[in-house]
Amino acid sequence: MTTERNEPMLVEQDVHTDELLINMGPQHPSTHGVLRLVLRTDGEVVSEVVPHIGYLHRSAEKIGENVSARQWVPYTDRLDYLAAMNMNLGWAMTVEKLLGLELPERAKAVRVIMAELGRISSHLVAAGTYGLDLGSFTPFLYAFREREKILDLFEAACGARLTCSYIVPGGVTADLPPGWLEQCEAFLDQFMPTVDDLHAVLTNNAIFIRRTAAVGVLSAETAIDYGCTGPVLRGSGVDWDLRRDGEPRYRELYAGYRFDVIAPVDGRYPNAQNYPPVPREAVVGDSWHRYYVRMIEVIQSMSLVRQAIERYRRTDGPPGTPIKVAERLPKGEAYLETEAPKGQMGFMVIGDGTKVPWRVRARSSCFSNLSVAPVLCRGGLVADVPAVIGSLDLVLGEIDR
Amino acid sequence: MAEFLADYLSPPWVAELAAAGVHCALLLALVLTAAAAFTWAERKVSGRIQDRLGPTRVGGRFGWLQSPADGLKLLAKEDLMPKDADAMLFRLAPYLSFCASFAVFVALPLGDNWVSLRMSTGVFFFLAVAGLEVFGVILGGYASSSKWSLFGAMREAAQVVSYEVPLAMCVVVPVMVAGTMDLVAIGEHQSGWFGNWLIFHDPFTLLTFFVYLTCAVASVNRAPFDLAEAESELVAGFLTEYSGFRWSIFFMAEYASMLAVSILASILFFGGDNGPIPVAGWLGLTHRTGPLAGYLGNLLGMVNILTKGTLGVIFMMWLRWTLPRLRIDQVLTTCLKYCIPLAAAMFVGAMLWTFVERGGFSGDWSIFRSESDLREEASAENMDLSPSVAHERGGLSP
Repeated sequence: MTTERNEPMLVEQDVHTDELLINMGPQHPSTHGVLRLVLRTDGEVVSEVVPHIGYLHRSAEKIGENVSARQWVPYTDRLDYLAAMNMNLGWAMTVEKLLGLELPERAKAVRVIMAELGRISSHLVAAGTYGLDLGSFTPFLYAFREREKILDLFEAACGARLTCSYIVPGGVTADLPPGWLEQCEAFLDQFMPTVDDLHAVLTNNAIFIRRTAAVGVLSAETAIDYGCTGPVLRGSGVDWDLRRDGEPRYRELYAGYRFDVIAPVDGRYPNAQNYPPVPREAVVGDSWHRYYVRMIEVIQSMSLVRQAIERYRRTDGPPGTPIKVAERLPKGEAYLETEAPKGQMGFMVIGDGTKVPWRVRARSSCFSNLSVAPVLCRGGLVADVPAVIGSLDLVLGEIDR
Repeated sequence: MAEFLADYLSPPWVAELAAAGVHCALLLALVLTAAAAFTWAERKVSGRIQDRLGPTRVGGRFGWLQSPADGLKLLAKEDLMPKDADAMLFRLAPYLSFCASFAVFVALPLGDNWVSLRMSTGVFFFLAVAGLEVFGVILGGYASSSKWSLFGAMREAAQVVSYEVPLAMCVVVPVMVAGTMDLVAIGEHQSGWFGNWLIFHDPFTLLTFFVYLTCAVASVNRAPFDLAEAESELVAGFLTEYSGFRWSIFFMAEYASMLAVSILASILFFGGDNGPIPVAGWLGLTHRTGPLAGYLGNLLGMVNILTKGTLGVIFMMWLRWTLPRLRIDQVLTTCLKYCIPLAAAMFVGAMLWTFVERGGFSGDWSIFRSESDLREEASAENMDLSPSVAHERGGLSP
């Protein structure tokens, strides 16, 4: 494996012991589902990490080639099951691109609300389980308590909490029910203290900093080489977010919204004075920064949801018309990447004039993000492996598809 | 006790054995009740910290039946052992661990003279026996023939062995100030108002307490030093292959040692069985007033010491549910770079303070001169413990 990364942490050893091959997962508490890592260790030092995937493979793409575009929406829920709304959005917009559909403003506003709520809930899980990976149980419950409230909102909007299937090609399945916006605003109003709690028990906790700062440092070049996207890429200081830099069809969804792309460009975050301070020990691209980017994105997403609610209130009429279940797809192909919470989620669809796509493909961000794990873990300690894997925020449903 | 029973049982060794049995039963009752109570408290404390309620329904209010229900579940579980495990060591390990953490209670006084075995070197006994607990963990980890267990055992060996050193150094500081290793005498030294407690004796003992706290948490493997278990890294560390009854024995050992180090802290730093206000003294609840008063005084002393010990355990729970876990190199760095130098500095500081306090070179050092006399006196007194004397002193005799 050739990388430009500096030599891994050198550990002086006067006694060389036998190497131990350990199987971490698929039933390991901190592999976030069914990831299997084979570690080669010398004492506590990890010399090699080999990820094995495929334990959650459900032939999602092949199923997509046997059902219609509208029928495949529930399968996208199950890709990144922690951010089903964002998966729906990616597929819906790809199909719309193939069909050449344009959506009313109201549908776009609802989609932004849902996508950003999905991002908040996904990042909350990431932060909570990251605490769990480092041995701190309490932040997990703080994060999940707030996530439950977001799931309540999803349930009120579409009837499902986890697998929403709410955003479909052509719009959304139903308009927001009466009183939903107020419920959402009430959630946002009481949410900030929890974020501060998480900053107190994790972000600025001395032990947390010692466990994550300068651990698993990912340089910007390596991140780009391995195709890392999302918070993993931005944590390395690359200023790249599809909501701002994506292709026009997706960028247009966020046109007119005020938000920052959270990345430590030259070591500084935009509007850094509003956020908790960056500790001295942290190096751009380390696990701490990947975690921190997510936490700040939560605050950005809150602001985006508020702006989208305002925009929604200014519109009327139905939020788009969902395509028919048996809608025929035209000949041709479309590919679109969206900024999902975990990274750039791309969908491709090839139509052949029938209602069933000829080819469906999902490009997983977690797959690329996982591919860099062996580089980051090499030379670290056994305890650093969960610290690095957790900071990549992997969901195996999306990797294995 | 033994002397008391000697009147009814002969030969004398039968009486000794019977006395030991009674002491063991009483201590075992204490430790097991404490373990059950702390299991329940752990759920409640963690629940409150995490904004939940904890158990509320099992057994009616407050979920008080949760621990017995858990215990029953553990007993009913299948007795599993890995095929490749070293059967004898695998079975032996939990009992070894529990015996070590249980045996230290023999030396811990739970009241003025309510102690199973009064030893002039009680502090040493505690440190020596508490250090044995690590054998159970290492053996269990080794015998499980699981790589994760082996990792846990390796970490335990590295961690506990290093933290024994600063722990012992911290324990020596109050011993030096009190001028005795007898835990009962250290308790008596601090009688009166809470200003007499050794933690308030001088700035060095105050700081020593915090070093002791760190080392004590590390030596009983509680978070943030729970590396031997380290759920998110090592699955369950040395406990990976244990289940059911054997697991619960390890579990009880953990809670027993938590209580033991907390009680030791309360004896060494927080006045032992003396309350913050000398209520017992005002009411004349000492064995000098009479047998009943002595008994009540002892009871009050036990309430004091168990309250302090419980507060210590609850503090450890608070830590566990708040802090992330340290990494093994950071644990060892904390020990070698901070705890040992600090403990050593506190040792020297407390020594100089005591030296100056007692008048320097011209001071009264009779306490050291008469140490051998004191010991003779104590042994003479022990031999003189006829049933009536023991009764008078409010000992464990009926």
